[in-house]
Amino acid sequence: MSLAPDLCAAIEEAKHHHGGPRPAMLESLRMIQQRHGWVSDAHLEEAAALLGVTTAEMEDVATFYSLIFRRPVGEKVILLCDGASCWLNGGDAVRDAVMEKLGIGFGETTADGRYTLVNICCVGGCDHAPAAVIGRDRRLVGPLSPDDLDRLLGEDAR
Amino acid sequence: MTDRPLTGRARPDRTPHTLEEWRALGGYEAVERGLRELTPERVLDMVDEARLNGRGGAGFPAAKKWRFMPKPGEAPGDGPNYFIVNGDEMEPGAFKDRILLEATPHQLVEGAILAAYATHSTEIIVLIRDAYRDAIRNVSRAIEEAEAAGYLGRNVLGSGFDIRMWVHPSAGRYIVGEETALIEALEGKRAVPRKRPPFPAQSGLWGRPTTVNNVETVSCVSHIVANGSNWFQSLSRTQEGGTKVFAVSGRVNKPQVIEAPMGATAAELIEMAGGVSGNGVLRCFQPGGGASGFLEADALEVPLDFGHVRAAGSMFGTGTLIVLDQTACPVGVIARHMAFYARESCGWCTPCRDGLPWAARIMADIEAGSGHLSDLDILRMTVEVGGPRGRAFCDLMGGAMSPLGTGLARFGDLFEQHISDKCCPVARDHRRAAA
Repeated sequence: MSLAPDLCAAIEEAKHHHGGPRPAMLESLRMIQQRHGWVSDAHLEEAAALLGVTTAEMEDVATFYSLIFRRPVGEKVILLCDGASCWLNGGDAVRDAVMEKLGIGFGETTADGRYTLVNICCVGGCDHAPAAVIGRDRRLVGPLSPDDLDRLLGEDAR
Repeated sequence: MTDRPLTGRARPDRTPHTLEEWRALGGYEAVERGLRELTPERVLDMVDEARLNGRGGAGFPAAKKWRFMPKPGEAPGDGPNYFIVNGDEMEPGAFKDRILLEATPHQLVEGAILAAYATHSTEIIVLIRDAYRDAIRNVSRAIEEAEAAGYLGRNVLGSGFDIRMWVHPSAGRYIVGEETALIEALEGKRAVPRKRPPFPAQSGLWGRPTTVNNVETVSCVSHIVANGSNWFQSLSRTQEGGTKVFAVSGRVNKPQVIEAPMGATAAELIEMAGGVSGNGVLRCFQPGGGASGFLEADALEVPLDFGHVRAAGSMFGTGTLIVLDQTACPVGVIARHMAFYARESCGWCTPCRDGLPWAARIMADIEAGSGHLSDLDILRMTVEVGGPRGRAFCDLMGGAMSPLGTGLARFGDLFEQHISDKCCPVARDHRRAAA
């Protein structure tokens, strides 16, 4: 599936902002991910062609930044904080409970395609520890408890 | 409000003010005064006299950094000076910039305009981490409102000065917060730190003069211009000016952001955060986020500012305290930190790329009860090689070695007990006491 015309136009547009095609690469990857949830090889190649950079240059950037996803992700991405303040407040128990409930580890997606679990450095939610940010709008949730994972998995948090 | 200039106007639910609401609270008066009545040099002098130190970790005087910026025509070649606001807050235990970005974006825009004016910068970029989507939205909206009101754009307030400002949402990786790595990221590259010199003020974004300041640093500027350097200095209890937006987390009853005078003590801040949780008895704390060395109860009364914390053997860093009670294990905290810094290394230099994962694996083994006494020698060597006087390319590894080095020095017996008893002695004793 190729990129939608409006997305192509936005990528072309980005080239003229902020100093040319190179800095537009990350912005293009972000826009593609915002639309599709992740960045496929085909989309990456297409965006590179639109910007006039090589696929390797695009891949170079895409693989460095940890929140550009180069594999399909679930409907809801759970970014679970593994920082020290969360650990001090029972983060490991939350992690274990989520993994058991979903049957996946970090970097994995549930078979039904609903959830992807990713560990992330301190999300700046130490006042809600243990915390996570969830969904496409990166909503902060916490304090989490292993007995009550609804806040993490609830349907309201798309 | 005057006691807490930075956070006093923030709403409890962090809903940002519209420009009109902000103006009703005195917002943009400093911008009007600065651009209409003061020269860029005068604004810079006021910040200098206020003794504003950078709040991003290093504590470098803001005005000193600004003075390196050339005036128009002084730098060779064509192009603008850039002023960059660093909102890539990712230090473990740091959550102070989040409130300033989310709740008071106009305060940030005001400060950035004045800072840009003082550094002859006509382009302002605010880099914000991906996880702070509310912050990205709120700051973007504040910029739009400021543009519409004529505080940004061409010939701002008739000063003859043009300023453009926009938000760059980042896409992960802790190293982006290092100022030269941040510049690389803005240029669309992998965020690998640059060699210095040249410093960003000589050759920064696109080779142009560039200043990078932390969100909190920038948020102070309008207050200095509005109320004067003496007032700002008087907010502090020490020689370093202003209040500090502290953040207290870990084993405290009410983890929170606390704006208090520079020089407030850990004892006061922990009390304001509801006191030590767990068993209520302090074991130790990190005064400046994950990359700061551990301090113990004898440092509870140290005035917290860059100079005093350095003298006490640690680093003030981001001013964000991570607190451990007697039932929390520093070895476990260090293991988390090592895993974090190892993962976030950009991979450029060998000590960091290979040394940190090695230290992280050893820490994981020790914590799991499968460590050896000889591991401690390897950890000490890692501290030697990667520590502050070590051989790593940037400060990431040096920072990572602070909790490890001070942890080995202060809690060596706990490390050894993990190895001899093949388990975490703190968790075991806690379980026994509870049983």
